[in-house]
Amino acid sequence: MSNTLEVSGLTKQYRDFALQDISFVLPKGYIMGYVGQNGAGKTTTLSLIAHLIRADVGLCTIDGMTYEKQPVQYREAIGYIGDKDDFVPDFTVRDVRAVCRDFYPTFRADEFDALVRRWKLPEKKKIKSFSRGMKVKLMFAAVLCRDTSLLILDEATNGLDPVVRREILELLQDYISDGERSILFSTHILSDLEQIADYIFFLHNGKKVFCETKEELQEEYLLAKGSLPELGADAKKCLLGVRGTDVGFEALIRTDDAACLPKECVLEKPTVDQIVVHLIQEMEG
Amino acid sequence: MKVILSNQSEYPIYAQIREQMKEQILNGQIAEGTVLPSIRQLAKDLGISVITTTRAYRDLEAEGFIASVQGKGSIVLPTDNKMLRDMYRSQLEEHLDAAIGISRQICMEDGELLALLKERQEMRGSRG
Repeated sequence: MSNTLEVSGLTKQYRDFALQDISFVLPKGYIMGYVGQNGAGKTTTLSLIAHLIRADVGLCTIDGMTYEKQPVQYREAIGYIGDKDDFVPDFTVRDVRAVCRDFYPTFRADEFDALVRRWKLPEKKKIKSFSRGMKVKLMFAAVLCRDTSLLILDEATNGLDPVVRREILELLQDYISDGERSILFSTHILSDLEQIADYIFFLHNGKKVFCETKEELQEEYLLAKGSLPELGADAKKCLLGVRGTDVGFEALIRTDDAACLPKECVLEKPTVDQIVVHLIQEMEG
Repeated sequence: MKVILSNQSEYPIYAQIREQMKEQILNGQIAEGTVLPSIRQLAKDLGISVITTTRAYRDLEAEGFIASVQGKGSIVLPTDNKMLRDMYRSQLEEHLDAAIGISRQICMEDGELLALLKERQEMRGSRG
């Protein structure tokens, strides 16, 4: 079994939105960024995988297990962290510890305590008085002390300061370092998480646009900047998601097409964010 | 061993790692037989993706600088003279091709180019 997660044909119909036929695999020991605009269907997909909601059609397997056959083991294998905490506001860190210990057989209280100390989380204060950063750290502490094989992060690092983000980044790399476990994270801002992602899945209006390694993606496109009047008709056709202003343009271009641009144009390596933004612009016209 | 990555570089991250390691292997800063950090360790140390470091190591392996040994990791191979020579030879061929290209552009006769080569060699002192 070399894939942590296999998703095939995942479909969910709502009155005003549909997630359509999502399929991908996430090999063991790798990190996938699940990228798309607000409302593209990221949370729907992740909730379906975590079986927080039920799919109309489609199948997810984690380490070869399905929820239908092994619901308990399937749920245990997932560490889910969303953009909002689901802690009882009046609970303290100690209460969370007690609940986790009762609820999860693999919960290691000593590791939890070590993380709580390392992050200086107050043990007796009520969680409702915690900052966003403290709550996220508590969620990570609760999840990382269990035996899981898939970490699902739904916008989990939103609203965190750069120092905490950096710490989380290291935690995530630790998590996959034995090559047995994987991470699926969704976000609409990639920035620093982009660095550690191996695969990028791009979702738009409930449909898959692409799923490939970040390496392939960044070799496929270049960011072109220049002045539109200098371009011939052929060159203009190659540009994707053109953002033109009075002083020039910025667009994406396939690396293979870059030769058709005049040499006055500047070509740069795009970030994943830039690729996504221009592709969305291209698709929306 | 050191690897310093730049986002401003025109080279992709994996190529930066590959070139920096290659240079240190060639100049002896990374000795023959050294066990390199694992791809996952290196990815973590540099804060980059596993696929990126995998690619850098795969390139180094393909070019004969390192070998991956089951259970031990990636080991630096002896950079014997033949391999080095082959590498420099192919670099030399590239430069000579460029020189030939330019000479053809200006319709220089092949004999004249050879004479020019000889002249340059003599200017630098004779050898061999």
